[in-house]
Amino acid sequence: MDTDTKLKYLRTEKLPHIWCPGCGHGIILGALLKSFDKLGWEKNDIVVVSGIGCSGRTPGYIDANTLHTTHGRALAFATGIKMVNPALHVVVVMGDGDASAIGGNHLIHAARRNIDLTAIVFNNNIYGMTGGQYSPTTPFGAKASTAPYGNIEPNFDLVELAMGAGATYVARATSYHEAILEKYIQNALLHKGFSFIDVYTTCPTQFGRLNKIKSPIDNIFMLRDKAIMKSKAEKMSPEEIKGKVLIGEFRNDKEKREYTELYDEIIRRATKKEM
Amino acid sequence: MSNAKLVQGDIACAMGAIDAGCRFFAGYPITPASDIAEEMSKLLPMVGGKFIQMEDEIASMAAIIGGSLAGAKSMTATSGPGFSLKQENLGFAIMAEIPTVVVNVQRGGPSTGLPTLPSQSDMMQARWGTHGDHEIIAIIPYTVEEVYYETIRAFNLAEMLRTPVILLMDEVIGHMSENFKRPDKSKIEIINRKFPTKTPEEYFPYDENEGLVPPLAPFGKGYRYHVTGLAHDKTGFPSTHEESVKRLMERMRDKILNNRAIIDKCDIRKEGNEEIGIFAYGSSARTSIEAIDNLKEKGIDVALMRPVTIWPFPKEQLLEFAKGLKKIVVPEMNFGQIVGEVKKYLSDDVEIIPLNKYTGRLITPEEIVDKILEG
Repeated sequence: MDTDTKLKYLRTEKLPHIWCPGCGHGIILGALLKSFDKLGWEKNDIVVVSGIGCSGRTPGYIDANTLHTTHGRALAFATGIKMVNPALHVVVVMGDGDASAIGGNHLIHAARRNIDLTAIVFNNNIYGMTGGQYSPTTPFGAKASTAPYGNIEPNFDLVELAMGAGATYVARATSYHEAILEKYIQNALLHKGFSFIDVYTTCPTQFGRLNKIKSPIDNIFMLRDKAIMKSKAEKMSPEEIKGKVLIGEFRNDKEKREYTELYDEIIRRATKKEM
Repeated sequence: MSNAKLVQGDIACAMGAIDAGCRFFAGYPITPASDIAEEMSKLLPMVGGKFIQMEDEIASMAAIIGGSLAGAKSMTATSGPGFSLKQENLGFAIMAEIPTVVVNVQRGGPSTGLPTLPSQSDMMQARWGTHGDHEIIAIIPYTVEEVYYETIRAFNLAEMLRTPVILLMDEVIGHMSENFKRPDKSKIEIINRKFPTKTPEEYFPYDENEGLVPPLAPFGKGYRYHVTGLAHDKTGFPSTHEESVKRLMERMRDKILNNRAIIDKCDIRKEGNEEIGIFAYGSSARTSIEAIDNLKEKGIDVALMRPVTIWPFPKEQLLEFAKGLKKIVVPEMNFGQIVGEVKKYLSDDVEIIPLNKYTGRLITPEEIVDKILEG
């Protein structure tokens, strides 16, 4: 039944996908498709927008209105779509470099506006498609093809970044914790306002290879071992949570007004003035 | 002129956009184009449209592509530095064939250059600013009234041909005020994009069997398809297959070049007895017209060719214009970006005389008169 659900929203003729064996992207895609099904969303009402990189290929596999844009700009394209037709469900999938390096400006401003988009970051801590260069989320000290001596840049915590920028739904899951991921995606899709999910995932081909995490399964165990539920971490000492990745729902603010609704008020005021 | 009002070029552009049916504008503040954004922020909600000030120029270009895909006629406006930033997504709009209108109110460059002074130095950036082989439509009006009508024409061409259209103004055209009477809406020709006649099952967004310009279904209307900046086949999905890449590239080229009859627009003022001609556009054309009047008083007849559509370059019209002329003066507020095109198509029988100014000042009629008298 699980498979049928996923197939329903897949463009099966586009398979096999381009992702490497052991890549976590397919798990995130699967969770997204199952979430569409749980919510009973019509394919015609769904728009999936992506940027560039391995994650950028995600929309191509989804039987919806799909848009594969330029590097980092997915949220800006999505903003135009949502403004013109707020009835559409607009989901934006991005890589970590895509969302927080080249597209960092768009991320913080989409969050600040609280426009009703769901942003999902496929965060594997590396530029996978281009050959394993370090990204803003590559851990300090980790190896990358452009950090052969180890990364000396502190990494972004995307959850804190999104919260600081004003996102009204913020969560983090991993591609190991699939059930949690699916739950958060559904919550994000239902949220009225800017929702953001940082999905910690694997790239065995680049990150794993360069950091001596040899087999794909070891990469997946890395997610399991590093992740701690936020509620559990609250009872732990700073030493105990050092180097861990907190997962959970970090914000779910239903009070802040959504952007396109506020704009509809502008239209009401402007048309009155005209009369 | 009854009901005529003093209107600024930038404002006429916004009025033209609204009358053309533009219902989405995304922009970023930049001199001397900000007036367009300000006016659109006021006018759009009055007609149920939407305005957004994006976080940067790149995002503005991206947002209007999204807006257009969702079904609204969409526009952005900028000046040189912002025009540079828009180039990547301008290329996306060309490749994905999304109708959009991009206004560039030119100012002096390079870089921050001369924000408050006019220039015509983005003529080549309009042609080749985005990477890769492509055709482009660029329009350059010379009066406030023409700004209004050409903005409407820019939308019509964008929608008709599924392509971005660039409207080039300059600081003087954008900021000057002239008498302008907004026409009755029934007198304006408005062209909308083709909606598919086929069922969603039979629809392909890049179907060459639909002619050079396949219909574009807005997102959310039951036609689920894929859009990418990658080379793609008729379905919209990526393809590196040589034959499909060739067909895509040639169709995108030919939809512009084979539709020159509707794209081209030239203002040619020639009696047939002239030996001297001026080839000028935008505010340099205004100066040229005054120079021509001054020379007429001296008994010298000078012809004028003023391209309104500058890209694709009006080569056939130029060849016709050049007949019987011994020399052609080409005044431009740049190092000579368009004079190179003029030379490219004319034989050595016609002397081509560039007249260039790149200091943020208008070329004066006297300078053109002197150039003609000295030659």
